[in-house]
Formats: sequence, structure tokens, C-alpha cells
Amino acid sequence: MKPEHFSERKVDVDGWQVNLASYKLGDKWHTKADNVSPGAALARIVADTREDAETRALARAKELLSRTKRREV
Amino acid sequence: MSASYAHPEVLVDTEWVASHANDNNVRVVEVDVDTKAYDEGHVPGAIAWAWNTQLCDTTVRDILPKATYEDLMTESGIGNDTTVVLYGDNNNWFAAWALWQMKIYGHKDARIMNGGRKKWIAEGRDLETVATKASPGVKPYRATDPDFSLRAFLPQVQQAQKSHSAVMIDVRSPQEFSGEILAPPGLPETCQRGGHIPGARSVPWGKACNDDGTFKSAGELEKLYGAEGISKSKPAIAYCRIGERSSHTWFVLKYLVGVDNVTNYDGSWTEWGNLVGAPVEKGAAKSVGHA
Repeated sequence: MKPEHFSERKVDVDGWQVNLASYKLGDKWHTKADNVSPGAALARIVADTREDAETRALARAKELLSRTKRREV
Repeated sequence: MSASYAHPEVLVDTEWVASHANDNNVRVVEVDVDTKAYDEGHVPGAIAWAWNTQLCDTTVRDILPKATYEDLMTESGIGNDTTVVLYGDNNNWFAAWALWQMKIYGHKDARIMNGGRKKWIAEGRDLETVATKASPGVKPYRATDPDFSLRAFLPQVQQAQKSHSAVMIDVRSPQEFSGEILAPPGLPETCQRGGHIPGARSVPWGKACNDDGTFKSAGELEKLYGAEGISKSKPAIAYCRIGERSSHTWFVLKYLVGVDNVTNYDGSWTEWGNLVGAPVEKGAAKSVGHA
């Protein structure tokens, strides 16, 4: 199978940058949300539509990012 | 491929892989941060290694013991003369980690697919969803004794930090470097103190890559690292949090820029940032003249 419609964009989630990469494989949409710097995966979702995959990936990313503490330096 | 890299033979492009993935003497291996990505679809014919179970000692914090490494190679159908092409997600983080270990154990021909998994997918190339079963090699793989000139251990790092005998390169994000956060956003904190090794230069690993995941040109890389006082002739030690991002920078410096004496400190911040009595510097990166 060939992946189609690959795209990625950066989204701000509560002050953190999140990279959303999506593509279609067969009849499913695959989305990965990562934390841009360093680029570690926060969520990987497979869904029937791009919108659903990205919405769910962002929700999971938001949940994980809310646990990150910022400290005074 | 750019001919101006110090060792261009360690890189192949996606087109090369598409043409040679099933050659008898070629083994393509996917190594991802996200170990489930392979199952979603992979380069046809590629096998997968899991960094957290197959590329480390799962009892002692260490790289693979020699005998285990040899077993992995044999089971993967890799012989001493096999051309191994590594690729993965996050612009080849753990592909570089695997290559670093293969070089420690003396594998001659290990290469990275430039752009990694992301570029392969972005180009709409074939993905296979059924896992490839490797036929174990008929002849057992024989590794050399580990070449630890590629690896920095804590005593060497402590000595270099005190004597300024090597340039220390922190490849984590600026917020990890400053001490604002203790781990990458969204991931568990794995150290007691934030900040960086005193005197370290901040060059986040991703600065070595283009948006499509490929490596920047030789000229761009020399400029990037040169601005931080890193040269081909001066010893350098790269570190991050657990050693995989720094193996990426190690690869760039060793093979693309041509720094002879560069090591990967895989103990990294999870070791230094938990060490009783270790000096820690906080705050944002300063320019070279103000280090």
C-alpha cells in the first residue's frame, strides 16, 4: 500500500508546540502528535477520518503536556 | 548525496533503498522511538529492532553485551559483510543509536537512510504491514571487542569537564538545557536536577536536519557546529538525556562533519543530573565568547 496525503503542521497546545503529522493508508488515517523539541511521540491515532485522528491525537497530547512542570531558572 | 560530507558512504537516500532493499547482501532495519510504528507500515523487506528491549542490556544500564549483539545480528540474517541500512522515526534518532552500537562492535558497512521514516512516507512510497521474518544467518556473526573510543563514560566526562579537554555538546532542547524542564514535554521526569554540565554548548540535535528529515548540507553543518567552537581537530563529547539524541549528533559530527575524536556520553543527563555532588549549571545558552 502507498501512503497518501501526508502533511504536517505545528499547533500550540497550552503554550507547548506540538507537531501533527497525518497520512492516509488504505482507508484509515494515521496521525502522530509529537512534542517538536525533541520530537518524541505523544500520541499515535488511527481513525476513519483525518479530523477524528487529529482531534484525538491533540486531546491525548494535551493530557500528557499538562503534566510537564516548568521551573524558575 | 552530497559528496562534501566527510564520509558520504554512510548515507543512502530513499530511492537507493527502494531499489536495493531486497538485495541479498542488504538488510534494512527500522528502529523507532515509537516501537509500534513499524507495525503500522514499513519499508518492504525491512525488519524491526526495539530499542528498549533489543538494543540495550535490560538488566544493567548498558549497551548490548557482545554475545547478545552477535545473537541479534545472526537472528536478523546479518553477516559480517552485510550492508545494513537503518532508518526510523524522529529523523533517525534510534537508527543512529543502533548504528553507534554496530560501530562499537566493528560492523563495517552500516548506513542511515537519509530522511528516515518520515521522508519515505511523505514520498508516498510502498509500505508493508506484515512483519518481515528474517532468515537467521547460516554463519554466526562475529563482533569485534567493543571500541570504546566511540563512547564516553562518566569518569572521562568528569575529567573533560574539569580540564576543558573536550567540547561538551548538549543536544537536548533549550528548555532542558536551561533547567526549565527536567524531561521533554509530556514525558516522565527522570532526573533530580535540571540544567546542564558546566561549560557545555547547546546545539539541539534537530538543528542538523532539514524540514523533510534529511541532514543539512556539509557547509551548513560546519557553520552550525563551528559557531559553538566545535572543530574537526578538537575532541568532542555529545550528550542528551539517555543517549539516543546524542548518538544522532555523534553520527553527524563523526561521519558528516568529520570530527575524528567524538564520543557519545550515553549516561547523559539521567546520569549526571542524578549524581550526588556533580556540578550543574542553569540558565540559557550563552554565545561562545561568554561561555
